[in-house]
Amino acid sequence: MPGAVVPTVSIQREDFDIAAEIAKLTEGRADVGAVVTFSGLCRDEAGALSALELEHYPGMAEAEIGRIAAEATKRWPLQGLTAIHRYGKIEPGENIVLVVAASSHRHAAFEAASFLMDFLKSRAPFWKKEHRADGSEGGWVDAKEADEEAARRWKR
Amino acid sequence: MKLVYFAWVRERIGKPEEEVDPPQSVATVSDLLRWLKTRGEEYENALQYPDVIRVAIDREHVDHREKVAGAREIALFPPMTGG
Repeated sequence: MPGAVVPTVSIQREDFDIAAEIAKLTEGRADVGAVVTFSGLCRDEAGALSALELEHYPGMAEAEIGRIAAEATKRWPLQGLTAIHRYGKIEPGENIVLVVAASSHRHAAFEAASFLMDFLKSRAPFWKKEHRADGSEGGWVDAKEADEEAARRWKR
Repeated sequence: MKLVYFAWVRERIGKPEEEVDPPQSVATVSDLLRWLKTRGEEYENALQYPDVIRVAIDREHVDHREKVAGAREIALFPPMTGG
């Protein structure tokens, strides 16, 4: 059992700087051999969407992503793990979420990042509401069974 | 106990949170949802399909069989769509 790292979790309205987040995990050390980043962006759904409004449960959002990230550090030998999730109004092309996983080898970094995203999708308390480009009332985005399925594949 | 609501559960009930004092017969999350549904049309509308409602007690996910005794904050919300 490797000494588990303490993940960094941030729930914030403002954007993040991907290069700066990578640098925080790699600067001043020579044991990191692999960094995997995943960033999720708001898409415009072929012009139909003008923005997403992300509602979250303050307090629980941090706690739940922290629990998922802590589980990832137990399952894989990581040197660092960062998860950032934005809330508020986000326009197409803007960042929504970032996961950065650093490890000695790529396998652990890929898997940990994928695991964190799969669980974050179905367990982190965030809800997306659509703002439509034509000004009509957009609805709440429906949860996808495929996302639940993606999380289930990590069960062991 | 304090109840907090999110997304369309919040919109349909018409408020983000409230203090409630359920009767003694409300032991589990399931009982709580059933009792809330009797409190008016807006609750009936929000909780029409109780199976889809996700619940957290003191900021941790629980299933509907969980006991509510001792809970400080119970959150009701739709399936999550973050990421």
